[in-house]
Amino acid sequence: MNASRGQIWFDALTSNEGAASGNEGQEGPIRNADAPLGNTTASFITIVPDPHNRFPRATDNVVGLEQGWLLARAVRNVMDADRDASVKRPIVAIVDVKSQAYGRREELLGVHLACAAGVDAYASARLAGHPVIALIVGPAMSGAFLAHGYQANRIIALDADGIAVHAMGKEAAARVTRRSVEGLDELGDRVLPMSYKMSAYAKLGLLHELIEGINADAPGREDIDRVQSSLIAAIDDARKGPRDLSSRLQSADAKRIRAASIEVRKRMAEQWDAP
Amino acid sequence: MSGHETFIAQHSFIELTARERARALLDAGTFRELIGPFDRLESPWLAMQNVVCQADDGAVIARGTLGGEAAVIAAIEPAFQGGSIGEVSGAKIAAALEMAVREFEAGRKILPVILFETGGVRLQEANLGLAVIAEIQAGIVALRRYVPVIGVIGGMVGCFGGMSLAAALCTRLIMTRQARLGMNGPEVIEQEAGVEELDSHDRRLIWSMIGGEQRAAVGLVDTLVEDDTDQVLDAVLGAFKSGVPASHRTEQVDAQLERLARVDPSAIDPVVLRTLWQGEV
Repeated sequence: MNASRGQIWFDALTSNEGAASGNEGQEGPIRNADAPLGNTTASFITIVPDPHNRFPRATDNVVGLEQGWLLARAVRNVMDADRDASVKRPIVAIVDVKSQAYGRREELLGVHLACAAGVDAYASARLAGHPVIALIVGPAMSGAFLAHGYQANRIIALDADGIAVHAMGKEAAARVTRRSVEGLDELGDRVLPMSYKMSAYAKLGLLHELIEGINADAPGREDIDRVQSSLIAAIDDARKGPRDLSSRLQSADAKRIRAASIEVRKRMAEQWDAP
Repeated sequence: MSGHETFIAQHSFIELTARERARALLDAGTFRELIGPFDRLESPWLAMQNVVCQADDGAVIARGTLGGEAAVIAAIEPAFQGGSIGEVSGAKIAAALEMAVREFEAGRKILPVILFETGGVRLQEANLGLAVIAEIQAGIVALRRYVPVIGVIGGMVGCFGGMSLAAALCTRLIMTRQARLGMNGPEVIEQEAGVEELDSHDRRLIWSMIGGEQRAAVGLVDTLVEDDTDQVLDAVLGAFKSGVPASHRTEQVDAQLERLARVDPSAIDPVVLRTLWQGEV
């Protein structure tokens, strides 16, 4: 089986040369390792396919029951290690998740809670002062992205084939909205948040940086250097800013496309206290 | 009281609109809506897709008092677009949570309640719905450090999609037996995994898996209530009295992984799960 994008970039950023020979010591659906990044050390976390997962609907790079809780454990281990540190180490969530796990067992056993555990862990790490960066190298879909990446201080993404942020898979969205896949593309060009293109997503003001011209499937030294520079810049920026998600409303794109989000905040503050 | 008298004395919570629910829970005469329908903050995205907007975008934010203490309620209206979360309705909820955090930072107290009734992301606002749900989740995690964030899942829509994660992040969850709580709706699972995985028309099976009674029995929600406004209110007030717990459900990683390890995926069903997970959390 070809390595997944998440695995490829995890290996590239942690210099995990042993990957091809089966990733010693790294079993299951989560990869987590510390590695140098600039003049600091960052903790890298990704989700990979897990063909032997005991839940048959969670063998791909999806967020299922075990993935959610194991993500939470990985993030919380980093938080525990830095409990008394004055400077908290950065956490990089390498995002390549097709979806949450869709299954009957998953619903019965509370996959919503497992995914929420991922949300909680990343949000808590951010609030504790860890710069949390999401690096999108593959699909970042729906509930899976909520659990793994969307709580980051800064989100950066590669612009390459197979990379998309969306609330619903394209085929499923076409079925539900009774459109053809082509019709969905046309709609996305008119209605920005409906688009599956990263260039359109970048205009929503949620992304810190969209990195173009990277070989996402077989990154060379130069590709890796560029991505590392972007990660370092995002970490520096996150350290300077507040620990909440307010930076997502600051950019010129956000002010234009998400003017309503900003207006809601303004009026809520105005009306909060009784006149 | 006889069964009949008890039944007649109940006042349905489920039949109320979002605005009526918030008003019914707040102390009499204290309801004050923020960014109400006359603010006319509508979805910027629905009209361009030929969908009729609603002046409150399906979310009601109200301040008032609960048992005499300052409170804020965010209530989702099931009758507008299935309670789906769009840019504006979601931002109203996120902004209310963010303002509540500021109250605590300024040394003041406020009791936050979220009344869930939602299918998740509003499909017509896809990526902005998803983004704002992340902001709601961030708000809950930030706020519950100071005060319990109480969620109520009323019914009949229930709580699905990214908002089921938001519900799971709440300090305590109150649910009726009519309501359902799950990440993927039954129709989505049938669509994605096939009818042999789940028959979305099998209502008895679905409620046995994700209905309020089962969720309470296996420790995935805290309090099961009848469809009665007084019971909902008592449960909300009681939930605040218990205070902020030492750890929230989503922080109990080892305990939850241990619970999961007890499950045999090839032989699990709602009844077996009740014996495995009974009376915990």
